[in-house]
Amino acid sequence: MSLQVELEHYRNVLIVRLRGELDHHTADIVRHKMEEAILRGNSDHIILSLKELQFMDSSGLGVILGRYKQLKAKGGKMAVCAVNPNVYRLFELSGLFKILTIHENERAALTSLEVVS
Amino acid sequence: MNGANMMMLTFSARSENESFARVAVAAFVSQLDPTMEELNDLKTAVSEAVTNAIIHGYDGDPDGMVTIEVAIEGDTVSIVVIDKGRGIEDLELARQPLYTSKPELERSGMGFTIMENFMDRFEVSSEPGQGTQIAMTKRIESKKRCTIKRIGVGPHGCRLET
Ligand SMILES: Nc1ncnc2c1ncn2[C@@H]1O[C@H](COP(=O)(O)OP(=O)(O)OP(=O)(O)O)[C@@H](O)[C@H]1O
Ligand SMILES: [Mg+2]
Repeated sequence: MSLQVELEHYRNVLIVRLRGELDHHTADIVRHKMEEAILRGNSDHIILSLKELQFMDSSGLGVILGRYKQLKAKGGKMAVCAVNPNVYRLFELSGLFKILTIHENERAALTSLEVVS
Repeated sequence: MNGANMMMLTFSARSENESFARVAVAAFVSQLDPTMEELNDLKTAVSEAVTNAIIHGYDGDPDGMVTIEVAIEGDTVSIVVIDKGRGIEDLELARQPLYTSKPELERSGMGFTIMENFMDRFEVSSEPGQGTQIAMTKRIESKKRCTIKRIGVGPHGCRLET
């Protein structure tokens, strides 16, 4: 498998760590895993942790945007962190930074969601 | 200058071949010694064009075939991605940022915008019912800027030839 999805719950936040390549072929795995976690409903917010994400294209934008809409409908927030320069450019080009906050690392993202005391 | 150095690849319109297409083009182009960023730009553009052929051109029909032609001439890479699928009715509309004909598939409508931004030149030609052809070029700067000398080089592995 060229993409691994790791999910971790921290208080009311779901941390989603993506490792590998996120394209049309692998987007389904991300969609299913995140959708399931969102619908299960024990997390209010999501942090996408992208340090190990080596490649992403517009299929990644689509799946992230789709989950953002799902989460927003339930009043949740989404943050991204540890974004590499290539992925950063895609986010910038597509205007995703207008709806997601970006942070250096998971800790900073957690702080921004006010779950770290 | 000698003629172009070319390669051609034809494969089934299956999503598992998207990463293969990216890697194959990257491997061919690596002889120009591109930077990581240049290589990523090329891979992203190839991924967009191939994904479009699979999703839109062939509507997910794996019997369709996608062809990629790559030519290296001097420091310039030309990439052509061809499908014989449904074609595009309204090219101007299709090229608009955020336009997608398949919002139900969670497409973001950014593919053409990304190809345009990541490559130096980008052209679409399409005939409804006949297929679509994407032609793009990019100049690889690294070779021009620095010729590799293996001894005593800096962290980027290159320095100006004197
Ligand atoms: N090879 C193709 N064959 C037929 N139609 C195409 C082809 N490529 C693109 N199109 C049409 O052009 C539109 C825009 O393409 P573009 O790649 O910009 O967005 P998308 O594929 O819909 O979404 P995204 O690329 O962000 O996932 C598509 O929705 C489709 O209608
Ligand atoms: Mg596309």
